[in-house]
Amino acid sequence: MSKLSYVGIDLGSTTTKSVVIDDDLNILGRGITNSRSNYDLACQIARTEALVDAQMSRLRSTLADHRVLADHVKILAPSVERSFRYRQHIRLFDALDRECMAIAEGKPDLTAVLADLLAEMREETEKLFSGLSAMEKRKSEFFRDIAGAQFQRLAEHRANPKTMPYETIVGVFDRAIIKVENEGDDLTFEGNALEALDRSLSQYKANDAVRAAAAEMLEGLLADPPHIGCSVGTGYGRARLPFPKNQIRSEILCHGLGAHQMFPGTRTVLDIGGQDTKGIQVDDQGIVTSFQMNDRCAAGCGRYLGYIADEMNLGVHELGPLALKATRHVRISSTCTVFAGAELRERLSLGEKREDILGGLHRAIILRAMSILARSGGVDEEFTFTGGVAHNPAAVRALRDLIGENYGKRTINISPDSIYMGALGAAIFAKRETDAGRAERGVGSQSEARA
Amino acid sequence: MKEDLREIPKEPSMVLQKDMIGDYFDRLATAPEDGKKVVYTFVPGNLTELLHNFDVMPVLPEINALQSGMRKRSGNYISEAEKLGHSEDVCTYVKSDIGMLKTGVGPTGKRIPPPDLLLLSYTGCFTFMKWFELLKQQFPKSEVAMLHIPYQADGVVTPEMRGYVIDQLETEVIPKLEKVTGTKYDEDKLRQHLELSAKAEEGLVAVLDSAKNRPSPIDGYFGGVFYIGPIFTAFRGTQQGVEYYDVLRKEVEERVAKKQGPITPIGQLNDQRYRIVTEGPPNWTSFREFWSMFANEGAVCVASTYTKVGGLYDQGFRHDPGDPLGTLADYCLGCYTNLNLPMRSKLIAKYVKEFEADGFICNSIKSCNSFSAGQLLILREVERLTGKPGGFIESDLVDPRYFSAANIKNRLESYFQMLEQKRSGKGSAPKEASL
Repeated sequence: MSKLSYVGIDLGSTTTKSVVIDDDLNILGRGITNSRSNYDLACQIARTEALVDAQMSRLRSTLADHRVLADHVKILAPSVERSFRYRQHIRLFDALDRECMAIAEGKPDLTAVLADLLAEMREETEKLFSGLSAMEKRKSEFFRDIAGAQFQRLAEHRANPKTMPYETIVGVFDRAIIKVENEGDDLTFEGNALEALDRSLSQYKANDAVRAAAAEMLEGLLADPPHIGCSVGTGYGRARLPFPKNQIRSEILCHGLGAHQMFPGTRTVLDIGGQDTKGIQVDDQGIVTSFQMNDRCAAGCGRYLGYIADEMNLGVHELGPLALKATRHVRISSTCTVFAGAELRERLSLGEKREDILGGLHRAIILRAMSILARSGGVDEEFTFTGGVAHNPAAVRALRDLIGENYGKRTINISPDSIYMGALGAAIFAKRETDAGRAERGVGSQSEARA
Repeated sequence: MKEDLREIPKEPSMVLQKDMIGDYFDRLATAPEDGKKVVYTFVPGNLTELLHNFDVMPVLPEINALQSGMRKRSGNYISEAEKLGHSEDVCTYVKSDIGMLKTGVGPTGKRIPPPDLLLLSYTGCFTFMKWFELLKQQFPKSEVAMLHIPYQADGVVTPEMRGYVIDQLETEVIPKLEKVTGTKYDEDKLRQHLELSAKAEEGLVAVLDSAKNRPSPIDGYFGGVFYIGPIFTAFRGTQQGVEYYDVLRKEVEERVAKKQGPITPIGQLNDQRYRIVTEGPPNWTSFREFWSMFANEGAVCVASTYTKVGGLYDQGFRHDPGDPLGTLADYCLGCYTNLNLPMRSKLIAKYVKEFEADGFICNSIKSCNSFSAGQLLILREVERLTGKPGGFIESDLVDPRYFSAANIKNRLESYFQMLEQKRSGKGSAPKEASL
């Protein structure tokens, strides 16, 4: 990897995304994490994740082309990746374990319950990363979500309203996770790859020849890390990045450019993010010509779906599939995030079905987006939907319906990378800054990325 | 980058104006004791020369509201008005004024006397009528005079429209002023005031036109609201007003000679990367923060429509001592607030061209139904006429709850970066139409 790579970081209100690209603008790696209260750390983790992803891709292709290891690639490649994720997870789990026990210090009953609970969690974690199917079953990739769900479930089994209330046990997790998330850990490829490979080779019961070849291959990768030209930041938290002004871009420009890169015919972009919705018009170079966004009210944005999911005790990703089962449209007048719960409960009390309410909710969200699109100049011939909500099939169906009703036949693009579109645009800007000789050395460059 | 904005020096003319306004509010506070009559009236279509003719003191409710906004008092006043039953959607100038009048104290902390006359000059804003109905309820003893200015719906002023306004001046406004003051209308005295107005107007136009220089020595929007201060308030038609514009003009000419930009909340803005035209009033509660969002990006506002709500002097209008009542009618009919949407769009497009602007920005006001309506149409039309991109932000006049700094900053930064991206040569512009 002697050629330069470029990093884009999108610090959103809910998640922080990062993308690494090469000189030919191919995506090498993607990283995502929850934005939490510490934007700096979220940025560092997302970028680390993107670089890990890029290195994992290289590892897979190197394995596939290796004269000795190629025969083992089908098992070894996913196994190393699983071991690597396990390593990352267990590092954070160790930190969580330490924090929980520190918080419970001096309270023998609580300490006993926690020790037992955390031991069971540790066992479960081993299983969680034991095979591909188990990985796929996880509802979220974020440590906070995985560990949180586990902890709550195991706490329920151990809670006793009189002697050890559930809230007391879970309260320990809530305090500990903030510290764990905000202190960070070494989750880099360089810091964990060797141990991950060891674990996989042991599980695989590899012979000495395979072991030696694998170790040599990994050393080669580690000796030639990505050379980052520069990083560009975007998203709501961009002002927090320690980058010079020319390495910070508005997410409106980044989503426009990212969408153009993926689908060069794009002329209109809709981005529904965590707290805002943007209608963007771009020209044939991906340059923004006009845009509109919601004002200070975040009604109908991604966060709204998050609240709805919480109210219904579902994961955000489960909302869309359930909404697709709707048999009738319930008309939802308000997409106010604050009143989301109230509206939902009212509909349920009127006897409406959950899927029908969700169907109506998704249509209401897209109706609001349609208004913003109209204000930005309408929907042109080729249209791209970006942001996290583009992964929601019910939102996509409502959008297709409403675009058809209002504008007629249009090409509608949705990339599996839609959530990374802003980060992709930022990465392209990073390449342009480097090409123009404006990227400041040491800032957002390789040395800083490793720090 | 947090800095103490109070340490940034002010332009000498700003200091002079502050003294003038402070002194005026002092005099206003003791007007009843000093035997002076007080008239409440609005900035667009104000008849200040006629009021001076009768030696009465004007009080401008929307100026009080914006002053309350800048002094961080409007939030409480609005809450007071909402307690009285005014809804969230009502114009916040009105609510701030209603809340302020309940306290009896004006924006400078001095007493505001009750009106002897409510002189409603109606120029395009429907809310003005409702506002004065409320004031009449609050001050039932006050006389009321209504001057109805026909809207330029077709974009022209006909002789009939002009005659209709003159007739109202003669049969409604002047008799009411005579009744309230016990003084006879003196046309020669009015001519003298009009002559002073025209002199001050020359000064103001020279200042506003100076923004055609590079760098622009003024900010024609944020700085502009200070420049229009005296001429939009009690000082039009006075010697004090003429002197203010002499000082201001000299100050601006010095900056032109030295190739200096205006003083902004972040310091003197010499490095001007973007030249912008603005439509809509500024936000007053976060005025300096709002201005800084422009200045930090190197954006200078070279022209604005807001600075024309009290008169389109830059388009050639001057008060004419030779035709006292006719000129007052022409003035009222030609106010920016009295123009229809196509006229507003053409005026903005003209500014974009004449001031060689890179683009234009609409600040849409949440609680102003009269003037925010149609701004998206204006945006598209000006883009079509000029080929320059428009930006759109939303805030409010004086309700601090409606200023979302993060959202506005995000939009402004995106807009300026869009301009930069286009400038870098790869961008395409909408096709330019002829004006």
